[in-house]
Amino acid sequence: MDLALAHETLARWQFGFTTVYHYLFVPLTISLAALTAGLQTAWVRTEKEKYFRATKFWGKLFLINIAMGVATGLVQEFQFGMNWSAYSKFVGDVFGAPLAMEALLAFFFESTFIGLWIFGWDRLPRKVHLGCIWMVSIGTFLSSYFILAANSFMQHPNGYRIAANGRAQLTSISKVLFQDTTLAAVFHTLAACFIVGGAFMVGISAYLVLRARRQPLEERDGTKIATIRTSLRLGLWTALAGGIGALLSGDTIGRVMVQQQPMKMAAAEGLWHTAAPAPFSLFAIGSLHQGRNVFEFNIPGLLSFLSYHDFHSPVRGIVDVARQESTQFGGEWQHYVPDIFESFWAYRGMITFGMISVAIAVAGLWLTRQKRWIDPRFRRPETELPLLMLTRERELSPFLTTWAWRIALLTLGFPLIGNALGWLFTEMGRQPWVVYGLMTTADAVSPNVSVTEQIISLGVFAVLYGALAVVEVRLLIKYVRKGIGDEPPPSHEPLPRGPLSPESDDEPLTFAY
Amino acid sequence: MYLHDFWFLLIAVLWTGYFFLEGFDFGVGVLLNLLARGETERRVLINTIGPVWDGNEVWLVTAIGATFAAFPSWYGAMLSGFYLPMLLILVCLILRVVAFEYRAKRDGERWKRGWEQCVFWSSLLTSFVWGAVFADMVHGMRIDRAGDYIGGLGGICTPYAALGGLAFTVLFTFHGAVFTALKTTGEIRLRARGLAMRLGVLALLVVTAFLGVGQAERGDGWSLAALVAAGAALIASLAVNRLGREGWAFLGSGVAVAAVIAALFLSLFPNVMPSTLDPAWSLTTANASSADYTLKVMTWVAVFATPLVILYQGWTYWVFRKRIGIQHIPAATAGH
Repeated sequence: MDLALAHETLARWQFGFTTVYHYLFVPLTISLAALTAGLQTAWVRTEKEKYFRATKFWGKLFLINIAMGVATGLVQEFQFGMNWSAYSKFVGDVFGAPLAMEALLAFFFESTFIGLWIFGWDRLPRKVHLGCIWMVSIGTFLSSYFILAANSFMQHPNGYRIAANGRAQLTSISKVLFQDTTLAAVFHTLAACFIVGGAFMVGISAYLVLRARRQPLEERDGTKIATIRTSLRLGLWTALAGGIGALLSGDTIGRVMVQQQPMKMAAAEGLWHTAAPAPFSLFAIGSLHQGRNVFEFNIPGLLSFLSYHDFHSPVRGIVDVARQESTQFGGEWQHYVPDIFESFWAYRGMITFGMISVAIAVAGLWLTRQKRWIDPRFRRPETELPLLMLTRERELSPFLTTWAWRIALLTLGFPLIGNALGWLFTEMGRQPWVVYGLMTTADAVSPNVSVTEQIISLGVFAVLYGALAVVEVRLLIKYVRKGIGDEPPPSHEPLPRGPLSPESDDEPLTFAY
Repeated sequence: MYLHDFWFLLIAVLWTGYFFLEGFDFGVGVLLNLLARGETERRVLINTIGPVWDGNEVWLVTAIGATFAAFPSWYGAMLSGFYLPMLLILVCLILRVVAFEYRAKRDGERWKRGWEQCVFWSSLLTSFVWGAVFADMVHGMRIDRAGDYIGGLGGICTPYAALGGLAFTVLFTFHGAVFTALKTTGEIRLRARGLAMRLGVLALLVVTAFLGVGQAERGDGWSLAALVAAGAALIASLAVNRLGREGWAFLGSGVAVAAVIAALFLSLFPNVMPSTLDPAWSLTTANASSADYTLKVMTWVAVFATPLVILYQGWTYWVFRKRIGIQHIPAATAGH
C-alpha cells in the first residue's frame, strides 16, 4: 500500500474506532444522568421508596457507564493533536475554542459533582445532594453542546476567515455556537441519546419482569415490582419522546444538509443524477464506476418533500455535485464522491434501528397501561405480575407475554447501533473533506508521525478497548442480575459532620470505594 | 502584555493546578504499594482521594483543551511529537479511571488486587512520563521549519528526560504522602508522616538536580527564583511535617509542586517548544498562538469560569474534609 495512503487510513481507522467506541457510552451517560436525576427528584418530593430504589439501581448502572465514557473521552481530546496535527494547526483557532469551553464550562461540572453525588449520600442535605446529580446532568448536556458545535464547524464552516498564513481564523464565536447546523445537530443527538437511555431502561426492566415472573408469588417483593414497573414505564415514555424528537429534528437536519452538504444527502439516497421530483430510495444497489444504480426501489417525490417540503423541487445528484466540486477545487470528479454504499446503508440503518425501538415503545405503552396491567378487580397488585393485556378482558397468552418481554429486552441494543451508524454516516458522508470545502482528510494527518507508531497505537487501543468491553459488559450483567436493591432509604437528613471532633465519629462511611 | 503571553500564563496556571491536585492523587496511588499494609489500608488510601480524583483530572483536560484553543501549533506539535509517551499516558489514565470505579464492584482478591496494581502503575508511570515530557520541552527538541518534531523516539528518551521523570515521580509521591498524613487517622497517618520525611529528602535532591540542570541550560533570574522557592518550600514542608503540622506540610509540598512547574514555564518563556535545530524554528507564544479574537473570547470564558470552578471544587474538599481511618471502611463493598 502507498505509504501516504496508509498514513491516512490508519489515522482514520483509529479515529473511527475510538469514536464509535466512546459513543457507546456517551448517549447512555447523557440520558441515564437525567433519568437518575428525575427519579431522585421524584423520591425527594414524594418520599416513595420505589423511587429511591430506582435511583440507586439506575444510578449504579450509570456510574459503570460514565467511567468508561470519561476514560475513552480523554483519547478523543488527545488524538486531534496526535494523529491530526496538520488539522489542529489549520483550524485550532476555531475548533479549539468550543473544545476548551467544554472542559471549562461543562466537564468540570460533571466530574466534580459526580464525586459529590457518589460520596455525598450521608454528607449533604437531601436537596443539595439532589442538586449534585442535576449538575452532573447539566454538565453532560453542555458537554454535548460544545462538542457538537465543534463538529458542526467541520460539517459547515461558519464564523471564520482564512488568514494570511493560510489558516482558519475565528471571526464570530456566536456563528460557531449558534449556527443552524449546530442547533439541529444538538437537538437530534440529544433526542437520539434518550432513545438509547429509554430502550436501555425498557430492556433491563423487561429482563427483571421476566425473572420476577418466575418467582413464586410469596417470594415477590411488592416495592421491587413497583420499582420495575415505574422504570419500565419511564423507559417507554423516554424512548417515545426521544423518537418524536429525533424524527422532528431529523427532518430539520435533512433540510439543512441539502443546503449545506448536498453530496451527503445525495449519497444517503444513492441519487446519482439531479432529479425533480426526487424519489426516496428504499433499496438500491449501485456502482461508482457506472455512476448509476443497478437496481433500486423508490417512493416517487418523497425526497423532494423531505428536502424542501414540496413534492417536485429538484434535489441535486452525486455526479452533479461532484462535477461542480471538481471544477471548483480541481481533480477528478470521482475524488469528491464519498463511499456511497456506506452512506446509503448507514443512513437507512440509523433510521431503522432507532425507529424499531420507538415502535416497540409505543406498543409497550399500550400493553402496559395502568388500568390494564394492574387492575384491582383482577389481581393483587402488590405481588402479582399479570399477563400483558390487549383489552380490559383479553390477555396475551403466557407464551406471547414472555416473548413480548424478550423482544423488549432484545431492543436494548438497537438504538446504540442506530446512533453509531448515524455518526458513521455524518462523518463518512463528508469525505473526502475533513472540514467541508476547506481541508481534505488526506491533508489533515500528522506529517511527523510514523506508520509504525500509528500501528502500535491502533493495536494498543484495540486490545485495551476490547478487554475493557468484556469487563464492562460483565459488570453490567452482574449488576442487572442482582436486580433492584433492598437498601432502605435514609430516614433522616444527614447530620453535618464538623472538623471539630473529627476522630470522635468512627461510624463507617455509607459509601467507600 | 500581549494576549498570547497572558494565555501562556493561564496555561501554566492550569498545568500547575493539574499537578498540584492530581500530583497528590498520583502520589496516593504510588503509596498503595509503598505505604499501605493490607487491603483495608489500601482502601483507606483510595478513599482519601475517592471523591476528588475525577475533578482533579479535569485540570488536565482543560490544560490540553486551552492549549488547543490558544496555541494550536503547540498543541499539534506537542501531541504528535510525543506520540508514544502520550499513548502511554492515555492508556494509564484510562486504566486509572476504570480501576477506581471498578475495583469495588466485584468481590474477589484477584479482581481487587489487579485494579490496585493498575492504580499503582498508572500513577507511577503517568507521573514519570509527564516529568519526561516537560523536561524535553524545556530542554528543546528537533523542531523543523514547519514546527513539527522530527527527532523520533530517540530524541525524546534523553537522560535529562529521565531525570525529569524521576523528579516528578518522587515529588508527587512526597506530595501524596503529606496529603495522606493530612487525610488519615490512626497508625497509617503516623507511617505516612514518617515516609514523607524520607521521600521529602529524596525529592529535595532530585528536584534541585533537575531544575539546576535546566537552569544552567536556559534559565534566567525568574526561573532561578522559582528554583529557590521550590527548594525552600520542600525544606519548610519537611520541617513542619516533623512537627506534625500536616496542613502546613501539605501547603509546603503544594507550593513546591507549583514552584517546579513555574520554574519550567519560566525557563520556557517566550518559547513554548524551543528548536535545537535552529532557534528561528522554535515555537513561541507569538508564532504558535491563535489570533487575538479567539484569545479574547477565551479570556472572557476563563475569567467567568475559573473562579467558579475553584469555588465549587473547593467546596468538594470542604464537604469531604473529614479524616478517614480503617474504622471508617465499611465491610462489604460489592454492591455499590
